[in-house]
Amino acid sequence: MFAQGQVHKYGDNVDTDVIIPARYLNTSKHEELAAHCMEDIDKEFVGRVKQGDILVAEKNFGCGSSREHAPIAIKASGISCVIASTFARIFYRNAINIGLAILECDEAARDIKSGDEVKVDFDTGLIENLTTGKTYQAEPFPPFIQNIIQKGGLLNSIQDRL
Amino acid sequence: MGMTMTQKILAAHAGLKEVAAGQLIEAKLDLCLGNDITSPVAVNEFERCGACHVFDQSRVALVMDHFTPNKDIKAAEQVKRVRGFADKYGVENFFDVGRMGVEHALLPEQGLVGPGDCVIGADSHTCTYGALGAFSTGVGSTDLAAGMATGTAWFKVPSALKIVLTGKFTEYVSGKDVILDLIGRIGVDGALYRSLEFTGPGVKELSIDDRLCIANMAIEAGAKNGIFPVDEVTMAYVNGRFQREPQVFEADPDAVYDEVIEIDLSALRPTVAFPHLPENTRTIDECNGQVKIDQSVIGSCTNGRMEDMRAAAEILKGRKVARGVRCIVIPATQQIWTQCMHEGLFDIFVEAGAVVSTPTCGPCLGGHMGILAAGERAVSTTNRNFVGRMGHVESEVYLSNPYVAAASAVTGYISDPADLEKEGK
Repeated sequence: MFAQGQVHKYGDNVDTDVIIPARYLNTSKHEELAAHCMEDIDKEFVGRVKQGDILVAEKNFGCGSSREHAPIAIKASGISCVIASTFARIFYRNAINIGLAILECDEAARDIKSGDEVKVDFDTGLIENLTTGKTYQAEPFPPFIQNIIQKGGLLNSIQDRL
Repeated sequence: MGMTMTQKILAAHAGLKEVAAGQLIEAKLDLCLGNDITSPVAVNEFERCGACHVFDQSRVALVMDHFTPNKDIKAAEQVKRVRGFADKYGVENFFDVGRMGVEHALLPEQGLVGPGDCVIGADSHTCTYGALGAFSTGVGSTDLAAGMATGTAWFKVPSALKIVLTGKFTEYVSGKDVILDLIGRIGVDGALYRSLEFTGPGVKELSIDDRLCIANMAIEAGAKNGIFPVDEVTMAYVNGRFQREPQVFEADPDAVYDEVIEIDLSALRPTVAFPHLPENTRTIDECNGQVKIDQSVIGSCTNGRMEDMRAAAEILKGRKVARGVRCIVIPATQQIWTQCMHEGLFDIFVEAGAVVSTPTCGPCLGGHMGILAAGERAVSTTNRNFVGRMGHVESEVYLSNPYVAAASAVTGYISDPADLEKEGK
């Protein structure tokens, strides 16, 4: 599985309150959440993002609230993959559970700039910056988590037990 | 190899003799929690995946606390959806307006969580129950849906930081200052993916309310959970309250920790976290009288308990809230609210010019009951001061303990409560 798109780059500690402000949490409709994605950190994001684009940030991405609305908003906005130096743990779980592709790679996260064209191979963890020609190796997921992703999220993976 | 307290609880709930950091396990859950923001997403997922019953009707708690009493039509629709789910599946612990309180104050108070439990909640501050010697951690709505359906959750076993507490508090210092000081030292990702295990002779000096406040903000250091040993203070709190048999786990003497950090409680000063991260801490001495405020919020799952209400009342008694400051007091549960009323604290708050709200998370996350305009500043006993957290993206939140929040309401500036005492009424 591959993703390829243009990068939207952010810094450290991007919290779930700026990814999707609480004033919009009175709905769980994906398209309504996507319409306000990243609003309190980047007002232009929603107008700029294209289907398949890649979000890159530095350390502790998605810190704060457990709201699954945050990865849902990112996924529904068209983002195909998030690359970060590190993810806050609840965001990490939520992204896996809803099927938003994420990769931890500090070097890539620090190097890659807004506007770069980046290609990601999820099977190998290889990240390729097509603008600069540089490549990076991210840690692939352990098999247990790959299984959840392959089955299309946590709930599909438990369905045979219900 | 020895196990940490967290690892022992996880091993017991996974049916394993031992576990090691980094191991992926599936653990049995004693309780699953959701609120009015996260549950609507969870109940949709629950029904979509074909589940036809919850794993145990007594072990799911749904607390309508964030945008309630419903702040608008959309919020009302969300709560209606969850209420319908609770009725349909016979969820016993559904807490609606009139019974509800801020979830992490309510569940310990109602005896729904206790020592040795393994708990998940679709709310990041679920780590609060570690104060009672439980493993409890925040997850998202999909994890909650799976937990409600199967009574299990997957975890990666965490390593731990050992936080050794010594000494005892001086005046106007509380649990809030312990956790703010720690976050200031290790940063908002200083405990990422790991446990914070509190221990040492200072633990016995901490009340349950202090411990709940400290464990509550473990997530603000990125931690998976925060946990305290079970001692006489814990047992005195859970006896006659906890609905199950307490299970006491202790860390092995040879447990391995990534790092050991010592905190001398007697050296702590009232501490304030400046915008826009909980790690931006300063002692009150470094900011006393320098930051003008428009609002003071005293409440939340961090500091909305009885001791917090009494602390605020001690400062506000016989004083007046400064002109230009809105002081909003929010007892966290109906029981705390009633206790405040019986103790006469409401007379003190209202005579001072503060308002008292029904229990709600309300302003903490910029929901309702005290939203900030552009350029406004609040001192708040809540847990997060991110950009736009309490309202406008250009507003600011300063986190403090209830003594400081109350003293600041009186002076109009972030202030040391000791200075007020010196000046008298």
